[in-house]
Amino acid sequence: MTTSRLTAPQRRLPRAVLPRDIPRRGTAPRDIPRTAAPRGSFRDNWQGWAFVAPFVAFFLMFLVWPLLSGALMSLTGKSLTGANDGFIGLANYAEAFADPDMWRSLGNTLYFTLISTVPLVVIALALAALVNMGLPAQWLWRLSFFSPFLLASTVVSLFFSWMYNPQLGLFNDILAKIGLPPVAWLNDPSMAMWAIVIATVWWTTGFNFLLYLAALQNIPQQHYEAASLDGAGGWRQLFSITLPQLGPTTAMIVILQVLASLKVFDQIYQMTSGGPGGATRPVVQYIFEAGFTGYRLGYSAAISYIFFGLILLISVAQLFITRKRSA
Amino acid sequence: MATQTIPRPAVSASTPPPVASGARRRKPPLARVAATAVVAVLAVAWLVPFAWATVTALKSETEAAATPITWLPASGFTLDAFAKVLGSGNIPTWTFNSIFTSAAITAVTLVISALAAYAISRINFRGKNVLMGVIVASIIIPPPVLIIPLFQQMQSLGLIDTYWALILPQVIHPPMVFVLKKFFDQIPRELEEAALMDGAGRLRIFTTIVLPLSRPILAAVAIFVFIGAWNNFLWPFIATNESSLLTLPVGLQTIKSAYGIQYAQNMASALLAALPLIVVFLFFQRQIIKGVATTGLAGT
Repeated sequence: MTTSRLTAPQRRLPRAVLPRDIPRRGTAPRDIPRTAAPRGSFRDNWQGWAFVAPFVAFFLMFLVWPLLSGALMSLTGKSLTGANDGFIGLANYAEAFADPDMWRSLGNTLYFTLISTVPLVVIALALAALVNMGLPAQWLWRLSFFSPFLLASTVVSLFFSWMYNPQLGLFNDILAKIGLPPVAWLNDPSMAMWAIVIATVWWTTGFNFLLYLAALQNIPQQHYEAASLDGAGGWRQLFSITLPQLGPTTAMIVILQVLASLKVFDQIYQMTSGGPGGATRPVVQYIFEAGFTGYRLGYSAAISYIFFGLILLISVAQLFITRKRSA
Repeated sequence: MATQTIPRPAVSASTPPPVASGARRRKPPLARVAATAVVAVLAVAWLVPFAWATVTALKSETEAAATPITWLPASGFTLDAFAKVLGSGNIPTWTFNSIFTSAAITAVTLVISALAAYAISRINFRGKNVLMGVIVASIIIPPPVLIIPLFQQMQSLGLIDTYWALILPQVIHPPMVFVLKKFFDQIPRELEEAALMDGAGRLRIFTTIVLPLSRPILAAVAIFVFIGAWNNFLWPFIATNESSLLTLPVGLQTIKSAYGIQYAQNMASALLAALPLIVVFLFFQRQIIKGVATTGLAGT
């Protein structure tokens, strides 16, 4: 009895935590029965808190404290110069809700999130499914698709700004060679966001690609063997085995991708500074500018909290949708 | 007797050795060839930005700005742009800053997260469920929301334009506590109980029994945190102004405005900034890919 309890978990040890180990709600961790130690003994209490103390200290200082002080700051007229430090109630929020620039930047962020999430998920899935068809030289494909993810945003922005150059850029050169008119890319208000999305897809698709590849390799081979014996072809297997099995992974990837896209700032700020004419300015840049170029920390904090509220709303909605679907 | 011998090979056959990376043997070869062709074309397309940046960086400034654009410059390739950037710029300093701060962030994150995760996984202290709930809930807080109050806080502590300002706020990674706790949960308690009976302290058990068993997950977390810290832009951009304290991504942004239309030098700087992580990746490809696949779904 003891030995069987020992060996079963041990076999799972060398394997790293796989995505499917992350618990879905309602599944309790598989605890081995607790030993005699009574819950909350004095020794356990002080030892436990001693172990978590360093993390909790940093957590309180650099996460909880700024979160609370930011909320307070949003109720003041605080300025970066230190002046005008008075409590003004919800005036900042009232101003923000009436500020067309804030709405426009929120709109830009949502637009970017929408048009970037779809290709970032679909292309990653397609690439992973293709590479997983037993192609030779697996490492080569991973290397090509994943390596851009290791670049800093600034490097990506330099690469793409150069390729988008209207006269000297590679993209317009290619367009000219296939007989198409040149595009103004980052200088064209209707094109700039798409240009940024193209750069972003190149930069981060590899990350979702890796997650999908890991999930694909976790699908038991027996499913495919059984399907082949039943005469199911490749497409049939894709739609009745692969895609359904990837459901939970896709849900997680979409949630994480939406959250990541909502935070967009780096590549937009670096490639267009939010231009032309504010056409690409995301809300995070508006927060940054209200605080550091407008010197209005209180107002900037208020917009931060409006943005936070939006993220909470979207997260709750996503959780609700995924839970409903899996239930 | 006969019935006893027959099942044996059947059992071993039903658990075959893992097939190399999900290769599906029965795929018709035609489909696989087509897939290889498609993937190869896409992989080449994916490498174009690297290749074009490299070609540009190896041109003279005049060639780089000449029309029509060429992949092979008439006057040949030159290392001028790299020499100029390395000779005049701060790239070596920024590389040091990036390595130093990313390593410090990774080390502190690993220590504090592993200690906390271990206690939450193993010790029955009062309030631990609440604590874990708070940590998991905090995953939802987007870092950009905190930049304004964090800046205020760092300013009042007098830490703006110091390494402290770069490192301290970046060591809290709630998802990593979660990932580590999940791993520790899987380690059989019996391994520790023998040592507990022998009178070994918790810390000793943690460092001598648990940590050595957890190397793969620790490596995965370290890789993930390091890449994130290395590439972080927004916070370092706000927390530092002085050129000698900038990290590579932020420094590169200042170069971009300074060099303007010197395209070859722009690309040379970008490539030099990209080089360290790409080299590390080429050496530790397997571990990095595994690490990202392991921790990736827990969020950033």
